[in-house]
Amino acid sequence: MPIRKDIKKALVIGSGPIIIGQAAEFDYSGTQACRSLREEGLEVILINSNPATIMTDSETADKIYIEPITLDFVKKIILKEKPDGILASLGGQTGLNMAVQLSLDGILDEMGIELLGTSLQSIEKAEDRELFKKTMQEIDEKIAVSSIVKSLEDGIRFTEKIGFPIIIRPAYTLGGSGGGIAKDMDEFKYICKTGLKLSMINQVLVEQSLAGWKEIEYEVMRDAADNCIVVCNMENVDPVGIHTGDSIVVAPSQTLSDVEYQLLRTASLKIIRALDIKGGCNIQFALNPHSYEYVVIEVNPRVSRSSALASKATGYPIARVAAKIAVGLNLDEIKNSVTKNTYACFEPSLDYIVTKVPRWPFDKFTTADRKLGTQMKATGEVMAIGRTFEESLLKAIDSLDVKLNYQLGLKLFDNKSRDELLETIKTPGDEHIFAICKALQKGVPVEKITDITKMDIFFVKKLQNIVKVAQEVKNAGIAWLDYELYLKAKKTGFGDSYIANLVNVPLDTILELKDKFPIDPVYKIVDTCAGEFEAVTPYYYSTYESKDEVVVSGRKKVLVIGSGPIRIGQGIEFDYCSVHSASTLKALGYESIIINNNPETVSTDFDTSDKLYFEPLTKECVLDVIHKEKPLGIVVQFGGQTAINLAETLNKEGVRILGTSVESIDIAEDRDKFLKLLDELDIPIPKGDTAFSFEQARQIANRIGYPVLVRPSYVLGGRAMEIVYDDTMLEEYMDLAVEISSKHPVLIDEYITGKEIEVDGICDGSDVLIPAIMEHIERAGVHSGDSIAVYPPRTLDEGIKNTIVQYTNKLAKALKVIGLFNIQFVMDENNKVYVIEVNPRASRTIPVISKITGIPMVNVATKLLMGDTLLNLGYKPGLVKESKFIAVKAPVFSFSKLKTVDTFLGPEMKSTGEVMGVDQDYHFALYKALLASGLNIPSDGNVLLSVANRDKKDCIEAANRLSTLGFNLFATEDTYFYLNGVGIEVELVPNDDILPGLKNDRFNLVINTPTKGKIPEHLGFMIRRTAMEFNIPCLTSLDTTKAVLEVLAHIINKQDTEVYALDEYSEWDGLTV
Amino acid sequence: MKAVLVLEDGTYFTGESFGEDGETMGEVVFNTCMTGYQEISTDPSYNGQIVTMTYPLIGNYGFNTDDNESYKTHVEGFIVKELCDSPNNWRNSIHPDEYFKKNNIVGIKGIDTRALTQHIRQFGSMFGIISTLSGNVDILLEKLESRKKISRNLVMEVSTKETIHKPAKGKKVALMDFGVKYNIMRSLEQRGCDTFILPADTSCEEILKFNPDGILLSNGPGDPRDLPAIIENIKKLIGIRPIFGICLGHQLLGLALGLDIYKLKFGHHGGNHPVKDLNTGRCYITSQNHNYAIDTRMSPDIKDNITITHMNVNDNTVEGFKHNTLPVLSIQYHPEAAPGPEDSDYIFDQFMEMMG
Repeated sequence: MPIRKDIKKALVIGSGPIIIGQAAEFDYSGTQACRSLREEGLEVILINSNPATIMTDSETADKIYIEPITLDFVKKIILKEKPDGILASLGGQTGLNMAVQLSLDGILDEMGIELLGTSLQSIEKAEDRELFKKTMQEIDEKIAVSSIVKSLEDGIRFTEKIGFPIIIRPAYTLGGSGGGIAKDMDEFKYICKTGLKLSMINQVLVEQSLAGWKEIEYEVMRDAADNCIVVCNMENVDPVGIHTGDSIVVAPSQTLSDVEYQLLRTASLKIIRALDIKGGCNIQFALNPHSYEYVVIEVNPRVSRSSALASKATGYPIARVAAKIAVGLNLDEIKNSVTKNTYACFEPSLDYIVTKVPRWPFDKFTTADRKLGTQMKATGEVMAIGRTFEESLLKAIDSLDVKLNYQLGLKLFDNKSRDELLETIKTPGDEHIFAICKALQKGVPVEKITDITKMDIFFVKKLQNIVKVAQEVKNAGIAWLDYELYLKAKKTGFGDSYIANLVNVPLDTILELKDKFPIDPVYKIVDTCAGEFEAVTPYYYSTYESKDEVVVSGRKKVLVIGSGPIRIGQGIEFDYCSVHSASTLKALGYESIIINNNPETVSTDFDTSDKLYFEPLTKECVLDVIHKEKPLGIVVQFGGQTAINLAETLNKEGVRILGTSVESIDIAEDRDKFLKLLDELDIPIPKGDTAFSFEQARQIANRIGYPVLVRPSYVLGGRAMEIVYDDTMLEEYMDLAVEISSKHPVLIDEYITGKEIEVDGICDGSDVLIPAIMEHIERAGVHSGDSIAVYPPRTLDEGIKNTIVQYTNKLAKALKVIGLFNIQFVMDENNKVYVIEVNPRASRTIPVISKITGIPMVNVATKLLMGDTLLNLGYKPGLVKESKFIAVKAPVFSFSKLKTVDTFLGPEMKSTGEVMGVDQDYHFALYKALLASGLNIPSDGNVLLSVANRDKKDCIEAANRLSTLGFNLFATEDTYFYLNGVGIEVELVPNDDILPGLKNDRFNLVINTPTKGKIPEHLGFMIRRTAMEFNIPCLTSLDTTKAVLEVLAHIINKQDTEVYALDEYSEWDGLTV
Repeated sequence: MKAVLVLEDGTYFTGESFGEDGETMGEVVFNTCMTGYQEISTDPSYNGQIVTMTYPLIGNYGFNTDDNESYKTHVEGFIVKELCDSPNNWRNSIHPDEYFKKNNIVGIKGIDTRALTQHIRQFGSMFGIISTLSGNVDILLEKLESRKKISRNLVMEVSTKETIHKPAKGKKVALMDFGVKYNIMRSLEQRGCDTFILPADTSCEEILKFNPDGILLSNGPGDPRDLPAIIENIKKLIGIRPIFGICLGHQLLGLALGLDIYKLKFGHHGGNHPVKDLNTGRCYITSQNHNYAIDTRMSPDIKDNITITHMNVNDNTVEGFKHNTLPVLSIQYHPEAAPGPEDSDYIFDQFMEMMG
């Protein structure tokens, strides 16, 4: 059917902030969807609370609302914009849930707005466990023996019938929140209870465990004419039982014969038809490894993380096609954007193997439970393409960009015995594959491993191939590493750094070998059709074979280094920057080339840049691309720390780094050089010193005066940075987490309790443009990524702003910054401003500042990198006039997915994403940000107070405000006595009653500030964690509390809030000169 | 052991041998199916051809006793990037290398199959030789040239020598075996057909002696224009009994009706080709394996009799036609799948309807 004429204006719902289970993939799919609809002439309205997205750029949609994705706000936008249709199936579970809420609300019917694509009935059929079960029964598709449970008692009755282990899956949650496998009744009771609570509709599915069965996924598309295609199938290397988001996944399936492939394909088509889905969906199957028996695990009636992966793995743009289907087009009417002359109605054929490996946050959350199960824990993922399974897996592992020696011979397991290793692999965790490889290396038979892990022997034998080649290289050593062996290792997929580690030489020795052994990778094209048709996609991957397919143009080229997988501390914002840089380069007439390995992102969409290399971001792989393309320079300042870390080593190889020089980057990153520079510039910095022993550390700490900020120069799988208040804590910290020695010193800094301020600037080497100063709500000590930041600053007077501008100018000029930079300041009680750090690169706040001020910061910076000046571009140096609108950036956490992680905020970043609230009124902006961040603060009820001694004084104000607002105050012992002592009416909660009280909904809000470290036994930790498990809002900073209470007081007293589109924020016309 | 593949234009690829040692020659074609290598190796349509699989890992789920598409392997040779040495599947009973050895197939692995595929795409399918005996390209090219001169009756080589009866209670089908795939027989069996599998050169009269309700012209290898006697035979059957042609059978049926055939540059071999059923407007993903296609340019008198029913969405080639007045159903691709998608099973139902 041709495009529908009655739909002229569509509202697209985004997925909101990045959380575990819902990451950058929805920026990719949302952006594609918006572009796809505009291509068809529709007017596109977008809502998404996440500013760090390409989809919320003015170029992506006609009107963009960065507002909370709540029923209230979406309704406001609907009333303001009056769209003809709503497209919700590209905004992850958030979008889908919103579609359900809007339908139930009645506003859609009332205003005659249509839900585009998959209907509400279809969504319900797929998502509601009971309806789903019924639908599957009708078409004779088996699902696991299961029962819908609406109460714990129901659940217990079911378990008594079928026995353990049992899988528990809550309905309507994402990333399997609250689910798990229970091996006994105690575990069952716990998981079932939390699952019921987390489910939007208080339903959980309890089902027979299919542990050991193969987990296979199909990505299916269907149009209104009932044409169906399978884009891709994928096989999880880990058997059923581990969330697919936490599994190593291979495309296409590796252990299925054609009969099984078609069996599940035919079932997939049957299912998508029965559910009447119009668009894309993801179907997960469990396949018995010993027969044709299979069951349907679940269906996602929308574009999902797996669809993003499938899109990148095959080159088939699922989201783009799904959006077109939603407005009436059929598969055979949509052009295949890869070949340009065939249609979207075909099934991609791969002539390579794709491996996805999850990226877990356990390097940051060292106390987290690293066991993997049905609840997803990964924050991001990498993908690699190779011509063999071994090659694609090894490349994927190289792409993880983990500081530890993460190659398959992980040193961590070196000293473990065979028995210990076997014990380790019984419970899969993030290091599962490394433990298996180590066990293989130590001679454990393949059969023993498949026996324990239930992993298909095919995969284990493939791992054994890798281990064998590694062993061969290791035995040969540098002396016997000849051409044949080196070539064999390269063909197997070994990165040079892995080879260097195996033969125990520096990486450069191996890179030099290449002069002797002329072995270069070739690049092949991802073309959706296995070479059958000529393709125009500039989408390449490397391999070691004979024919290279890259056509190197004679144009001037610039290589943009991407940021790799999404992880805590390096999120989607850097992908946003990379994309903007590439498109600016394109516009300037350069050939823009991106190298990156994250399948979820817009930067790895093949039409973002002129050429895309899907490769690990290692020195070797980047150099290979540089040798191939010979760009005039490379851009490292937009790819986060990953790209910056490559600058020096690439520069040494003669590669030109565009923008800020490597020397300047070094000064900013080397503590001693930095201190010296600040001293020269006469800019204050907190006192600090380096300790080489515990005694020395103690002396330094006492000399500086507690509290101090301590961080090791070398992290040993332990804690990184912490604020330490006394000798005891210092000792504890040193004992537990740090290896201190002459080789591994510990850095100790004065901890200034004060206001944190940050600046994002742009410099052309001589002039400095400061688009914005932001101030943080939380005092220094909370990582800037975890604090709420406000633009423009509300509490800084002109004098302080001038000081900040002055320091910023001095520093940027001294460092001869070209491009973006970010400076973190702290201001003490006496209004003295200190510089904490300078990052000579794009920062996390670039998207926020760009959006609120209207200054396209990455675009400007990229032009400066290419030689332009601020004045020439029409920007008047200095601080830009503040906007009338207020922007508040709030962090978003994924604690519910990570058991045993302490939720208090400290100097180590913990948030996975961010949202922005914008309004003309500060309190409304803050309200929107808090709401969008998912913080559901009750307006009354019972509040439990439990604060550290140093916070007791500040707690009085909070307590008074709370009771004014109508809350009933409860407190733990110490806090109770303190508050009672100052005459505040509060009820004592004895220690034994605290946790039961939380579990039984006695409290609606918890305010708890941490006393000591993160030791799980502490009561404070238990309070925070229990509150988290039972979905009770818990504030761990009194600064945040104060801000929240202000908002509560304010919104109770004021009228309704307005919604504003992006183009209303700034009256700034683009030029300041 | 070393092996080499030499193409008739002198291009060569070096790799390692698998399966049988020695030499083999044939037309080199590529297949883009990601699974189904066992079905492909036993598909009689590949008689005379060396198949290169574009998917780089072959043998990954091993070989079994159920998935053969005929009584033996037919490919002249097999070309893969990697032959799996660690296959696994619950039905796996034969190791890939052993399978090729047992079936006397000379194979070459470790070559850049994508480069080979692109070469064929660019220059068309061509003859090639795989050798484990010599790496001398000139000598191998000479051998190739002399072999090309020998003409083979590819269909007769694979067709059954005598009639096989698969008794059942349903419709009586005369299945002309030009190199039939088992799954065509299974598809008939599933519909209760009483099937007589007949040698390719069975005469019209003998066929009619069975008094079939319908005639199925099977798939098979080679150029249909090399089979004038069979075409003549089919001409006599048209209109007498309902006829259903698949693949080679479809091309023969076309020729018998006066349609023209031309050779595709590199053919269609894979499991992902979209075909539009022009009657319903619906698209299906199909399994394909053919080097020739029916020309859409028809003389006016023929045009009046023929309706194109199926078109390839990618290159607009004819994928099916019917006769406007006579019971003739003809499909270029493989509704029986194996390997490939099972979407087009409905074509067999149409055949059943046609038989009444």
